[in-house]
Formats: sequence, structure tokens, C-alpha cells
Amino acid sequence: MGAIITLCILGIVVLYLGLFKAKNALIPVTLLGLVATLGFLVAGWNSEALPQFHGMMIFDRLALSFSILCVIITGFVILLSREYFRNISKYLSEYFCLIIFSLTGALLVNAYHNFAMLFIGIEVMSVALYILVGIRKTDLASNEAALKYFLMGAFSTGFLLFGITLLYGASGTFDLTELQAYVQTSSEISPLFYGGVLLLLCGLCFKVGAAPFHFWTPDVYEGAPILITSFMSTVVKVASFVGFLRLFNTVLIPLHDFWTPVLLVIVIITLFVGNITAMLQSSFKRMMAYSSISHAGYMLFAIITIGATSASGMLVYATAYSLASVIAFGVLILVKRSMGSEDFESFNGLAKRQPMLALVLTIAMLSLAGIPLTAGFMGKFMMFNNVMGTYNITLLILAVINAAIGVYYYLHVVVNMYFRKPEEEVTAQHVPTSYKVVLVAAAVLTLIIGIYPDSILRFL
Amino acid sequence: MSNLFILLLVPIISALVLCFVKDVVRAKWIALIASLLELGLSIPFLCGFVPDASVQFEQRWMWVESLGIQFHIGLDGISLPMLLLTNGLIPLIVLSSFRKAHKGNFFALISFMQAGLLLVFLALDAFTFYVGWEAALIPIYFICALWGDGDRIRINLKFFIYTFFGSLLMLVALIFLYNQSAAPSFEWSAFVALDLPESTQRWVFWAFFFAFAIKIPIFPFHTWQPDTYTHAPAAGTMLLAGIMLKMGVYGLIRWLLPVAPLGALAYSQVIMVLCVIGIVYASIIAFRQQDAKRLIAYSSIAHVGLISAGVFSWNSEGLQGAIIQMVNHGLNVVGLFFIIDILQERTGTRTLAEWGGVASKAPRLAAVFLLILMGAVGLPLTNGFIGEFLLLKGVFDYGVWYAVFGGLTLILGAVYMLRLYQKSMLGALPERYVKVVDIKGYELLVLVIIAFFTLFLGVWPKVILQLSEASVTNLLNQIKF
Repeated sequence: MGAIITLCILGIVVLYLGLFKAKNALIPVTLLGLVATLGFLVAGWNSEALPQFHGMMIFDRLALSFSILCVIITGFVILLSREYFRNISKYLSEYFCLIIFSLTGALLVNAYHNFAMLFIGIEVMSVALYILVGIRKTDLASNEAALKYFLMGAFSTGFLLFGITLLYGASGTFDLTELQAYVQTSSEISPLFYGGVLLLLCGLCFKVGAAPFHFWTPDVYEGAPILITSFMSTVVKVASFVGFLRLFNTVLIPLHDFWTPVLLVIVIITLFVGNITAMLQSSFKRMMAYSSISHAGYMLFAIITIGATSASGMLVYATAYSLASVIAFGVLILVKRSMGSEDFESFNGLAKRQPMLALVLTIAMLSLAGIPLTAGFMGKFMMFNNVMGTYNITLLILAVINAAIGVYYYLHVVVNMYFRKPEEEVTAQHVPTSYKVVLVAAAVLTLIIGIYPDSILRFL
Repeated sequence: MSNLFILLLVPIISALVLCFVKDVVRAKWIALIASLLELGLSIPFLCGFVPDASVQFEQRWMWVESLGIQFHIGLDGISLPMLLLTNGLIPLIVLSSFRKAHKGNFFALISFMQAGLLLVFLALDAFTFYVGWEAALIPIYFICALWGDGDRIRINLKFFIYTFFGSLLMLVALIFLYNQSAAPSFEWSAFVALDLPESTQRWVFWAFFFAFAIKIPIFPFHTWQPDTYTHAPAAGTMLLAGIMLKMGVYGLIRWLLPVAPLGALAYSQVIMVLCVIGIVYASIIAFRQQDAKRLIAYSSIAHVGLISAGVFSWNSEGLQGAIIQMVNHGLNVVGLFFIIDILQERTGTRTLAEWGGVASKAPRLAAVFLLILMGAVGLPLTNGFIGEFLLLKGVFDYGVWYAVFGGLTLILGAVYMLRLYQKSMLGALPERYVKVVDIKGYELLVLVIIAFFTLFLGVWPKVILQLSEASVTNLLNQIKF
């Protein structure tokens, strides 16, 4: 498939650019490559989706739409990394190369049609990230985060592999179509299969950061460089969710009586753990880490509510969440640069200093909190609607209580920006053009999807 | 020009323009002109409105195609008085903040809120309604927290989360009803036609009721209200008390009762008792207040308690009384808060014990104050009288004892209102207030307009009543018990 080949070539080209010290060409070439990838993805939109490469991959609408989202968000991250990485490390080209390879892995996970590809995709995605998280070689927090992420990641991959093995042992195949046939036709499903499903569930929950498998998330998110955190919490998370969705909402549907109760418990724990812990944080970055856990809970709604609209609900939610996260982390980079801290207090008085930054961050926070006229509301609305269609009211009430808790900590930063004064006067800093472009574009997209949701719903 | 959408467009455009106006003088004039334009644009709808039960000036677009969500607005006899109230009060509120140096963003938030409020009053589709409901909350939160005083951050966070939680419960009910309706649709008519079993209606009732009761606020959901009102800037308090709480009452009439009539029937006794407790309780507290703004805030709880009781009495008098009293209360409370604000500016305090004798220095203020106060108390020939009369008649038909205790609002209201007047206007003038000047210019203009309508609607309430009569009768006939 063109998109994945383009990305692989792009990664190698970027490495060579670093070898020949063409630092200024890095970002333009990377962006160009991403645009080309986007072109391939869009071009494949109307073609018939069939498993390719001996049934290894399938580029259906689900894979294409989420891949497009991943590529666009990566483009935003790349734009934001201008100037940012220069201050952190001198291995600039390795950065871009690793991000591109990680994105390649994400695309593989989006489009897998065979467990081998799922495993390879997750590994390609994660191994690049293990390095990226620890890229600040002299920083202890960054090193700790990398080690933690690596150990936990390896652990969860173990679960995943074991699960896949058990499924293979029961059904004799890695292929999703054949697996589906096995689930539907076999008179008696082997107990091995059930064990495999549970282990797969655990492995994937590790990857998306759902409680009680979430303990790595806050430390890794906090220790990693901000941009890597934003990449991890958007692209990687979205791709893992697509992997989750594809397996559980197509192949394993006949067994849903078995796995939905398990997932239901995970969802409820995730929502409460994420929201309540996020409420208690004093660091904005750590708050975003816990809020990403709670959002994982909302996104898992799409998986437990089996239905035709769960994919489109997931797409809207993931888009809203990714855009808002990009804004939040982008503003955090600027604030940290001028104030030197990631705490809520460093946002004090931002509205006076830099009204535009405060405004876009407010839009992002309102979107994360799910206030109407932002994309986040549409995402929450569709998730709630799916839940109402499949389940009883109690789950929805629990979700609603969590949404109300969420408002508290999302408004925290808004309160600091608008209503509190900084302890000492800080002069307004210069905002690079690339930041302006990304922040405004993401905010405008958030509003467009919020006001006219059909602009994205038409795709799935 | 008879497209209702233009009424939503004008405030949004003016809000967008005002965002970029830094100049203080220019900002207030742009805001005033835009709000007057909006008022002018609503006149054709008033003139073209046929006072029957039909929904007029309907506008309908597909909004979210895949989910069957429509953008559907229209005007009937219940929403028209609310439309007039909103568009009539906003110019007065803008005018009342003229002497304060506010930049464009302040007025932009007011304009944006106006759009949200209008969307709530015009919506005939539950999704549209919910969007307006939340869209009105964001600007008022910023107005109160940015320009308020005291412990504004904590108070407004409580206000926001409290109301947001209520709205989310309503969202649960809306999504449930959406899934129940045949087409899946959020249409008002589809919701009304649902005819759900009683057990379901009972919890749908509570989900709606929490949202509306927090917004109104009905006892015991009122705890956010006195603090928020007291510490908001004058314009914010006027918006909250004058218009925003009417969203809740309007929601009761438009959504709660027609959609869950059996639930309302089952719990109407409970709600009535809550309303009556609210009336007596808030009146007694109001009597003990030393802060004038807080006094009006508590009086507002008492007044809306009676209005809600009128709605739940579910007869023609009660509903008609509720509609006209919403208009009256909006007018009077805006006038009263403005007067308190003027007094605070002139004397530097809001404490009743420190006031006194201002009437001798400001006779014009004393005169309009008395008139508006009489309206709030409900003296015959003022607007409050006809509203409270109809409400009490409605409540009386529902149950005598509710009317007896609810009627205490007239007596207790007179007590605390006259105490307010006596402490501020009458008595000996303290030495430090010798330099207090009388109202003039736009202050006089605003208060005279309000005083005029206090009298006008007292003498000729039919102007409002005839607009809503047919719609109310129709609504009563629609309900299937």
C-alpha cells in the first residue's frame, strides 16, 4: 500500500538528511512526505476494500479515516517541533525519523487483517516511542519514563502475544476473516480461545491506558518531552483503539456475552480513576495524563456498544480529543518556555498576556469537557447515544457524573488564565508562526466539527 | 425579514465584531446599536404573529444528517413573550452598564448570551434546545467570574458545575427519548407524541426537573443562587435574574410537562410543597438580609417559587400567570438591581444599615424606585398584581392550602421590600451622603422605561396575555393523562 511504503522511504530519507547535515530541509521534507501519504490514503477512499498482501492488511474506510486522522495529527506535531527539539537534543533527524516510523506502525495497526500485522504494527509503533520518550539523555525523569514505558510495554506485548498464541491454538489461524468464520461456525469454542480473548483484552488495555492497566501512563506522560507526550496521547492511542475496535467489533461480536462484562468493569473503573485523580493534580501535564485515562474510558464505550455507529462515534471522539490535546500541549510548550514550570500556576494571567493563546486553550478545554458547539460535545453525545442504544440508563448516569467531574479540572486552567494574576509581571513572549498556524487550525477544526458535525460524520 | 434565523444571527455577528473592539466608548455604542437593531427586528414578528395556537415563522434545516438531528426553530404564544422579554431587556442591560469602562469583550459576551437565550426560547428540537441551553451558560460564567467581586472564582465554579450537572441529566433524558421515538428524532412534536408508560415518565420527569430546578432555582436547589447573584457584576445579575432563570421556567412549560405529564402528575404534590417552602423560606431570609443585593436575590427565589407553583398547578390561570409573571419579574428585577447598583455607586455600600434618607437628595430615583418596588410587591394597577393574582388563582384551584401559604409571598414580599425602601430612601440623611446626586440621563431613561412598563402591564396585561392564551389552552388540551 502506497501510504506505508511512502512513510518507510520518508523515514530513511530523513535519516540521510541528518547524515548530510541538511537540518533546514528536515521539516519541509517530512511535511511533504506526510502530504504524499495523505494523498495515497485519500486516493484509496473509493476503491473496494479487500485484504491485501495475502490477507495481511485491509484498507477499508475504518482504516483509511483513522489513518488520515493520525497523519494530520502527526503533521501538527511536526510543525510544533520546529525550534522545540533543537533545545533538547542535537539528534534532530533521528527524532523525525522515529516519529515517522512510529506513525508507520500506527498505520499498520489501523489496517491489520492478520494478527502478525497487529503485533508488528504495535511493536514498530512502540519501539520508536521507547527511544523518543528517553531522548533527553541527561534528564532523569525522561530516562525513568523511558524505562518504565519499555518495561510495561514489553510486559503488555507479552500478554498480547500469549493471547494471540492461544487464539491460534484454538482456531489454527491468524487471519481475521478465518477467525471470524471459526467463531461463527464451530460448534464448540475451545476454552483456549476464551483465555486468549482475555489476554488480548489485557494487552490492548495496557496500550490504550485503561485502568487498572494505567499505572505507566502518568509517569511516562510526565517524564517524556511535551511533544512526544502529545504524540503518544493522540496518534498512538487512537491507533491502539482502532486495533481494539477492529478485533472486538467485528471478529469477536458473537462472543460479546463473554467479554462485555469484563470490559464494562474496566470502563467504569477507568472513568472514575481517571477523573478523580485528574482532579487532584497540580501539574497541568499530569492532569492531561489522567484526563487521557478518563477519555480512554469514554472511547471504550464505542467498543462495548456494538453497533453500526460505534466506529463513527469513535472517529468523532478521537478527532475531538486529538485536536484538543494538540492545542493543550502546544500551549503548554509555550507557557513552559516562558515560565519554566508545568504547573497550573504558570498559566496565571495568560489571558492578559496572550489573549489568543488563552482563547484557543479555552476552546480546547471546553471541547475536552464536552460543552456544545465544540467537537468534544459531539463525541460525547455520540458515545452516550450508543450507550443508551445498547445498555441501561445506569451506565449513562455514571458517565454523566464523570463528565461533571471533568468540568472541574478542565475549568481549573481556564480559571487560572482568566481570573488569577501572576505573582510577578511576565512580558508577552513571541509565538512562532508555526505554532500560530497549528493552534488556530486545530481550534477552528474543533469548532467546525462542533457546529457542523456532518463535516466528519459523512466519512464513516 | 420574517426569517427567525436573523434574530440569532444579529447577536452572533455583533458578538464577533465586539470581540475586536478595544475602545471603551465605541464598544458600548456598538453593543447598544446592535441590541436596538435586534429589538427592532423582532417587531415584525410581533406584528405578524397571529395569536392562535399554531407554531409560526418555522425554520427547519437538516443539521446532523446521519443522526436525524434538525435545526428547528419557531415561534408560538409561549415563546413570543420570552423573545420580547429577552430582546427588550438586553438594550436596557447594555445601557445600564454605560458608565462602566468595559471593553468590547464584555458586551460580546452579553451578545453571545443573547443568541443562546433566544435559541432556547425558539427551539422546537431538543438538540437545538440543549445547544442553546449550554451556549447561554458559558458567557454568563465568564461575565460573573471576570467582572465579579468577592470570592468570585469559587462561587462561579460551583454555579457552573451545579448547572452543568443538571443539564447533563437532562441530556440523558433527551438521548433516552431520542432512542424511544419512532424515527429517531429530537423533534418536540415527536417527544410529545411518545406516550411513554408511567414508570418511565417518572424518572424522565426527575432528569428534566433537576436541570430546570437548578436553573430556576427551586428550593432546595437554590444554594448557588444568592452567592452568584451577590458577587456578579450588575449586568451579570440582571442577565441571570432577568432572563436566564426564565429558561428554566420556560423549560418546565415547553418540555417537562408535555413530555412527561404522568410523571408530573405523580410528583406534582412534592414539587408544589417544595415551591411553597421556597416561597416562605426565601421571604423570611430576605427579611433578615443586610446586603441589598442579597435581599433581592432571595426575593427572586420567592417569586420564582410562586411562578413554578403556578406552572405545576397545570391549569389555564396558573400557566398564563406564569408567563406574564416571567415578563413582569424580569422587568422589575432588572430595575431593582439597577437601582441597587446606582445606590452602591453613589454611597459606596450596599449595607442597609448604612443607607438612609437618599430620597431627599434624589427625588426622581425615589419615585421610580417606589413604582418598580410596588410592581415587585404586587400592588393593584402595577404589573406584579395581575401576575400574582393569576398565579394564586391557579394554585388555589389546585389546592387551597398551597394558595394560603403561597399567598404569604404577597405579605412577606411587602414586608421586606418596604423595609428595603425605608432603610435606603427614608429617614435622616447621613452626613456622608450629602453629595449624592439624583439620577439623570441614561439612568433615568432606563428606569423610566421600566417604570412605564410596570404601570402599562398593570393596567393593560391583555397585551401579553392574549399572545399566549391560545397556545396555553392548546397545550393543556394536548396533555394526555
